[in-house]
Amino acid sequence: MFKFLLSRVAVLIPTFIGVSIVAFAFIRLLPGDPVQMLAGERVVSPERHAEIMHALGYDQPIIMQYLDYIWRLLHGDFGTSIVTKRGVIGEFFKLFPATLELSFCAIIFAVALGVPAGVFAAVKRGSWFDQTVMGAALVGYSMPIFWWGLLLIILFSGTWHLTPVSGRIDLLYFFPKGTGFMIYDAAVSGQKGALRSALSHLILPAIVLGTIPLAVIARQTRSAMLEVLGEDYVRTAKAKGLSRFRVVGIHALRNALIPVVTTIGLQVGVMMAGAILTETIFSWPGIGKWMVDSVFKRDYPVVQGGLLLIAMVIMFVNLVVDLLYGVINPRVRVR
Amino acid sequence: MKTTMKLLAATALAVTLGSAASAKTLVYCSEGSPEGFDPGLYTTGTTFDAASRTAYNRLVEFKHGSTEVEPGLAESWKVSDDGTEYTFKLRPGVKFQTTEYFTPSRELNADDVIFSFERQLKKDNEWNQYVAGASWEYSDGMGFPDLIKSIEKVDDLTVKFVLSRPEAPFLADLAMDFASILSKEYADKLAADGNKDQLNQEPLGTGPFQFVAYQTDAVIRFQANPDYWGGKQPIDDLVFAITSDASVRMQKLQAGECHIMPYPNAADVATLKSDPNLTVLQQNGLNVAYLAYNVTQPPFDKPEVRKALNMAVNKQAIVDAVFQGAASVAKNPIPPTMWSYNDDVKDDPYDPEAAKKMLADAGVKDLSMKLWAMPVSRPYMLNARRAAELMQADLEKIGVKAEIVTYEWAEYIERSKAKDRDGAVMLGWTGDNGDPDNFLDTLLGCDAVGGNNRAQWCDKDFDDLMTKAKETSDQAERTKLYKQAQVIFKEQAPWNTLDHSVVFMPMSKKVKNFVQDPLGYHRFDGVDIEE
Repeated sequence: MFKFLLSRVAVLIPTFIGVSIVAFAFIRLLPGDPVQMLAGERVVSPERHAEIMHALGYDQPIIMQYLDYIWRLLHGDFGTSIVTKRGVIGEFFKLFPATLELSFCAIIFAVALGVPAGVFAAVKRGSWFDQTVMGAALVGYSMPIFWWGLLLIILFSGTWHLTPVSGRIDLLYFFPKGTGFMIYDAAVSGQKGALRSALSHLILPAIVLGTIPLAVIARQTRSAMLEVLGEDYVRTAKAKGLSRFRVVGIHALRNALIPVVTTIGLQVGVMMAGAILTETIFSWPGIGKWMVDSVFKRDYPVVQGGLLLIAMVIMFVNLVVDLLYGVINPRVRVR
Repeated sequence: MKTTMKLLAATALAVTLGSAASAKTLVYCSEGSPEGFDPGLYTTGTTFDAASRTAYNRLVEFKHGSTEVEPGLAESWKVSDDGTEYTFKLRPGVKFQTTEYFTPSRELNADDVIFSFERQLKKDNEWNQYVAGASWEYSDGMGFPDLIKSIEKVDDLTVKFVLSRPEAPFLADLAMDFASILSKEYADKLAADGNKDQLNQEPLGTGPFQFVAYQTDAVIRFQANPDYWGGKQPIDDLVFAITSDASVRMQKLQAGECHIMPYPNAADVATLKSDPNLTVLQQNGLNVAYLAYNVTQPPFDKPEVRKALNMAVNKQAIVDAVFQGAASVAKNPIPPTMWSYNDDVKDDPYDPEAAKKMLADAGVKDLSMKLWAMPVSRPYMLNARRAAELMQADLEKIGVKAEIVTYEWAEYIERSKAKDRDGAVMLGWTGDNGDPDNFLDTLLGCDAVGGNNRAQWCDKDFDDLMTKAKETSDQAERTKLYKQAQVIFKEQAPWNTLDHSVVFMPMSKKVKNFVQDPLGYHRFDGVDIEE
């Protein structure tokens, strides 16, 4: 097991270097620079422009900038935002709990609905249930997130007044010393109605962010399940007279879950992309919205540092998935 | 939600005041996050709304709902005869805010004024670079470091600005956000604690509202400053709920999650107006959209060619299509709400036949040109692409082939400045300080060629008027000069002036005394809310 872990971690190092280069180059390839973006229509004279770029160190050759960046990274310095003048790492950890909380709820929503739906669709293959689930999954997968989010807001919040429109919790509640995980903060605050308010604010964004993963997971579970259900050992289990629940729920599902767990791991990356839109619609103060704003403002340090930190999170999740894989399927541990 | 609002008020009170009287909370659905809380460092209205219009004051202020200047922290001022010395008498007894993070021990004095400006003017000031890469956009952009020779403390409550040349818009400049007055005592304490960054994170001034907390990208909380020199505000708490999407802001307003929202979608205005719980205020924005020819490139170097092209474009049709009527056709480079607007100027009429003839008379045949359209929506031009398509069709009718070009926004700004640029550029401007100089000289002066002057138009008569108007502080005289300048502008037609847009402010009917600001800021001093 230790060797397995080590080999996985070793792969992370070149990935990390690759991401740092891409993150660094990507934002610089876009036209414009932070000084121009801050000025807008107001023209900055070439002398002043040069002066500010010099002060920020962006007049250095690009390779020197990169090396300097890596040097600082190795010392734990992710840089400071050009716009807000706040440290990138501090901002990240202030905003990350919001994204984590939302993503976690979205994935729970996707798995809780997607896995059973996929299993039933496979067992009842060709039935109306199967066709409905697969049809809905296709629609869900193709849904433009922005449109879907607004539609839900207009229906649930605007017309039926069932959920709040946006934000993380009612403005009435305020936890200045909180952890940033609103459900937790609300629960321990002991304030009446706080937890309920936090949860009600989570419903729509979690559904919106979880829709695509839900569709993917349902489809993946169905096809994995179908494959496994046709295997000899399942037939043997059935022949032994095991109950249908034991055959499907224990023997088949455990093997079918292997590709599904991989899919869930991959969905974490998809969720980070989805979070950008979901957070923008629901005014959810997370890292997705933060990254978008920073790209528009060409806030180099934030885009670089933010992308790198997000990549680290995704790499970490995938590492956990790989390890889980080993637990579910012991064969992968033996080379 | 109604009950929530009440609860909110009650709890906010319990937390902040600890008394049993009822607290009034106004919730404003703002359009974006402030970049920081030191107004000197930034240029956007979003940041100014959150930082300077709440927590700070300036020596002089814009009168509510107008661009006229009135006394602020300075009770009175004197300008020397040659227009180079401004002596301000400070208001006595002005207290800085007492917050959780700072308790002031003294009242406002001349040191605070000197500190607030010198950090922006002097490169060797210890606060000039207190955050990495600090740049004082407005102060530098307006040439303050050269303009202000010195700032002297005459006594505790008197401060004198010595200028290197007369500059009539100076007083209006001092009412702008970057000229906010900060507390030197607070800054000194932060410096002593090795915590200078905090000046940009936790503002402390003399303004009507004091800062409580900022939850990044989510909520900014203020409470009324109990010691405010202008008297305590009618509301107790002011909350900015940051909501960047205009459709979502509208939903929040309709659901009662906030009381006021800025910048609705043009298409939503009718719906908002028909909501019985809402009122929609509207006002002509202090802005202009224009199409700037490059007057250095033939055949656009001939005024008659430019005038002919202007006459070919049906501007009313653009206003109708792009703004659904929420804008007015522009004839002057300054908006009608600005003093010195010359209403006697006649716009080039829409007359394709006459335009065709004028082009032929000027010897121009088979003209093809580039038409630049911004890639982004701006307050003065919501959909530049659509406007450009309409212009293209109009020009086609007089035999001019226009090719629409666009670039990514930053690239657009940069490339459109070039002196040898090919084609006419669509762009616009929103006023900073209500002074005509801020439009006329900034956008059309000879100094701005290769920069803000996208027409590359340098007219000696026009420029002389600009210089003269800057040197006199007699407003009647300045009005005369600017009116003349607008006549020259129309004769020479370096631009096709397109539109001045209307700014809408939807709000709950419970909101009382909100006044729209012609400069586009959102001010909440004096605003009340019905329980």
